[in-house]
Amino acid sequence: MNDKGKIVAGLVIFLVMVTFPFWYNLGKAAPAPEIVLSAQAKAAGACVLPKAEIKTEHMQLLDVWRDTVVREGQRVYVNAEGKKFDMSLSNTCLDCHSNRKEFCDRCHTYASVDPYCYDCHIEDPKENDQ
Amino acid sequence: MKPSRRDFLKIAGASAAVGLGAVPVMEALAASGGHGTSPKAQVEKWPEGLTATHWAMVVDVRKIESAEQIEAMVEACHTVHNVPLLNEKRHEIKWIWGTHYHNAFPSQPHEHISEHLHHILFPVMCNHCQNPPCVRACPTKATFQRESDGLVLMDFHRCIGCRFCMAACPYGSRSFNFRDPRPFIAETNKKFPTRMKGVVEKCNFCAERLAVGQLPACVEASDGILTFGDLGDPDSEVSQLLKENYSLRRKPNLGTGPSVYYIV
Repeated sequence: MNDKGKIVAGLVIFLVMVTFPFWYNLGKAAPAPEIVLSAQAKAAGACVLPKAEIKTEHMQLLDVWRDTVVREGQRVYVNAEGKKFDMSLSNTCLDCHSNRKEFCDRCHTYASVDPYCYDCHIEDPKENDQ
Repeated sequence: MKPSRRDFLKIAGASAAVGLGAVPVMEALAASGGHGTSPKAQVEKWPEGLTATHWAMVVDVRKIESAEQIEAMVEACHTVHNVPLLNEKRHEIKWIWGTHYHNAFPSQPHEHISEHLHHILFPVMCNHCQNPPCVRACPTKATFQRESDGLVLMDFHRCIGCRFCMAACPYGSRSFNFRDPRPFIAETNKKFPTRMKGVVEKCNFCAERLAVGQLPACVEASDGILTFGDLGDPDSEVSQLLKENYSLRRKPNLGTGPSVYYIV
């Protein structure tokens, strides 16, 4: 243990560097984004699932929808209330939530996720109609 | 001081015990954050959707008179499906197109073919084979044959762009997106997604239209040249047409079992 001083100093520097992001950002948490509901979404009142569920599980739902529509050819989703929906991201979800920038993107940016849905699925079917 | 073997084994044993003790905790954590859709929800098909056991197309070549008729079918299909128009041949995307007899039926041409067949263009597309080689070639199961009606379909989400299916398809029915297709779509149909760079695409026999009770776009635009229906039903229009007329299929010797028939 001749190099005790060097080893301990090294360990301290390592710990400081590893924990740097935590204490540097302490108390500076970015505020949760405020999302804006489009007029259609407000008018509809309820989403496919209850708000808490759709908020946390919309990705799983979309994943299930994708497989059911593409593979099994079943295109109608009947939710717990018995309401029917066309299982389509472009034509159902984004038809109502037609403000991608203020609705989808705000949370996705905050959570630092970059879904590639929009590479193919056309967002905002109505606004681009002109 | 060198640790004795006894001390080493003690520490190793204690660490293992702590590690094992963490397993139930991790499991409990994993179970609490469970994902899945609401158990009460159900999925079904649209009641007006068209169903069959074996979808097939019959092309009545006798009714083809001009290239404009083929052009109308191509236009209808490519507009509905957001197929980009890329003028450079090696980037071209096509779901349905017109080709000459010697290209459509390469094993059959001879010098004394009838004038009509020699001059016209044949509409060709994915044959929705009963024994599709593209499905066998696909390493991700992005291309699959739907069990209910035999359609050969693609899940673009899963396509990794390896192009094995293009090598496997003997009809050249598949196109690869070498470029982002969006800038090359003149008029986007908002009801149907586009594709992205790096995926393969092909005719889907308008599965999305059949699901809501509509016939394929090319059939509607074909002026009676194309007939679409269920070959599994002996009374359907396609079955009747094939029963009463002599028909050809493309490259039948390959054993792919095409579902597109040509009455010449």
